[in-house]
Amino acid sequence: MAAVHDHDVAHAHDHHPSGMMRWMMTTNHKDIGTMYLWFSFIMFLTGGVMALTIRAELFQPGLQIVNPEFFNQLTTMHGLIMIFGAIMPAFVGFANWQIPMMIGAPDMAFARMNNWSFWLLPPAALLLLSSFFVPGGAPAGGWTIYPPLSVQMGMGMDMAIFAIHIMGASSIMGSINIITTILNMRAPGMTLMKMPMFVWTWLITAYLLVLVMPVLAGAVTMLLTDRNFGTNFFNAAGGGDPVMFQHIFWFFGHPEVYIMILPAFGIVSEVIPTFARKPLFGYSSMVYATASIAILSCIVWAHHMFTAGMPVTGQLFFMYATMLIAVPTGVKVFNWTATMWRGSMTFETPMLFAIGFIFLFTLGGFSGVICAVVPIDIQVQDTYYVIAHFHYVLVSGALFGIFSGAYYWLPKWTGHMYDETLGKVHFWLTMIFFNLTFFVQHFLGLAGMPRRIPDYALQFADFNMISSIGAFGFGLSQLLFLYVVLKCIRGGAKAPAKTWEGGKTLEWTLPSPAPYHTFETPPVVR
Amino acid sequence: MNTIEANSVVMKKLLIFTVVMFAFGFALVPFYEKICEVTGLNNLLQADTLTENPQVDTTRWVTVELDANTRGLPWQFKPLQSSLRVHPGELVEVMYEVKNNSDREINGQAIPSYGPQLLAKHLKKLECFCFSKQVLKPNETRQMPVQFIIESSLPTDVSTVTISYTFFELAGASAASMATKTNQS
Repeated sequence: MAAVHDHDVAHAHDHHPSGMMRWMMTTNHKDIGTMYLWFSFIMFLTGGVMALTIRAELFQPGLQIVNPEFFNQLTTMHGLIMIFGAIMPAFVGFANWQIPMMIGAPDMAFARMNNWSFWLLPPAALLLLSSFFVPGGAPAGGWTIYPPLSVQMGMGMDMAIFAIHIMGASSIMGSINIITTILNMRAPGMTLMKMPMFVWTWLITAYLLVLVMPVLAGAVTMLLTDRNFGTNFFNAAGGGDPVMFQHIFWFFGHPEVYIMILPAFGIVSEVIPTFARKPLFGYSSMVYATASIAILSCIVWAHHMFTAGMPVTGQLFFMYATMLIAVPTGVKVFNWTATMWRGSMTFETPMLFAIGFIFLFTLGGFSGVICAVVPIDIQVQDTYYVIAHFHYVLVSGALFGIFSGAYYWLPKWTGHMYDETLGKVHFWLTMIFFNLTFFVQHFLGLAGMPRRIPDYALQFADFNMISSIGAFGFGLSQLLFLYVVLKCIRGGAKAPAKTWEGGKTLEWTLPSPAPYHTFETPPVVR
Repeated sequence: MNTIEANSVVMKKLLIFTVVMFAFGFALVPFYEKICEVTGLNNLLQADTLTENPQVDTTRWVTVELDANTRGLPWQFKPLQSSLRVHPGELVEVMYEVKNNSDREINGQAIPSYGPQLLAKHLKKLECFCFSKQVLKPNETRQMPVQFIIESSLPTDVSTVTISYTFFELAGASAASMATKTNQS
């Protein structure tokens, strides 16, 4: 009853539960956004510790630190935690904070559901992480949980499946909320084609999420019934087909890749115009490019499984369709560079991360096009080349986007300027150590080092040592980010309402820090 | 229509869409099987058809080794002859024998495997016990035929091939669905 009562009082404004209950029961989009961001940062450190354990084991040939079974659990859990725990919730956190402020809405459309979609995540993460402590350990068949391994594993896999179900439900609820907010709650005068790019990319991402998350839920449900209830969806002996799992999984998995990068595109599309002090070049082409990427992402899934056995016509179709994605992506990259062209640029930390994003994401995009070529893909399948490729698009793509957005909006969220010097140090450390970690992995992959193996042949020793040193540098640099954020929350120079001279979107019309309730009377956009 | 009503309309549409996509995930299963059937990519449970009369190449001999395994079910399973010599293009029939050593009725399904792998392209099976599930009563013994042709397109450097079958148990609920599946084909 207390909850109901508190809620009623909260409606009278300026009076909400305090302490833990404030966070448990909040329906405020800013509170929920903050919780999403902290949750994702904790998961980022958790997955990071796993990555560092992996890199410590790979520091030199031979088995030193962990046994192979545990190594496989680490690679699997690192992937699952980073994707479902760190990157995706971080972007939902940005969406919660920024979308209502950028479209002039008072809150998200379904505030109570918003609370629920966040609070599903911590139990799901706990369930996933506690699989380390059950007999048989955590899932160890790779984050893609391919059968037959995933059918044969211990109960840790069942826990992972339920965790994926819960996280999927959370994502779907979040997406429904975001779509409804964007479609129905824009300020008068803000037509779809006047929306900030970040809002556009999230609208498209949210549609992708409701499109493919249920399919993943179906796939893991089939795994669950195969494991426990005698069905034979993926069991060859029972007339099923393990390759079918790969098709269904990647029907989810490839759009998922774009779910993790499109919001980063959106953030960069806000940051670049602000610091170049020019409007975004080719706004409408950006919108259409984002939509084309989303549509194309649904018809290219089988490029993840060229070696799984496929007729050559299938390989050709998926190869060309994949390469086609480079066109809208190229449009975006050229638009960002054209936005910077002859702009009055300054290089504050958000801009540094945005430029780092363009530079390194494009590199990752290029290695993606290389991987799309069937004969090359057959050569580099499951090697470190692929590892290097997807860390270039996920770390220096999605994560750099997140850092850029965090520095960009921290003054709006906290009311204080972050420490610019430390921010820049964080950027340069991240940039250098990231490349040290992952660039050499291209060479390892081309030379044939397979992924997900705790040991390697002697000729790979030098590059692995470089990569491990880079990884520890990268990991430790992120503690600096934590320090910068904490310092910014606790104090610092007062941030003006319009923190950045070039900021044009609605949130810069609000005071800093943004008040608990904003835009209760919608602004009018001309 | 106020915002709250408009919002709940959008939510309902999206929830329906979510449910449809969940069902779509499961619809991919029959869709996948249909595609495999139409394109002939994964026809382990179907008889091959001969497009033309096979030409028997009497100048060549191919040694066919027959192999039999069981995995996780108390059956005794063996070919009546362990190997034979055939001409490419010749129609051959071999017999396998399987015996249920337990005192319960068991559903089994045999899955073929070929060595070298490329044999799969050149082996045409007209009849096989692996096209359907086998139900064996307690202590029942059964002899089962395989009729096949090794096409003369088999590369000449291949002189020995292996045809192997492994019996797996079809457990509980799955046996019923498997039965309907195999009956259709």
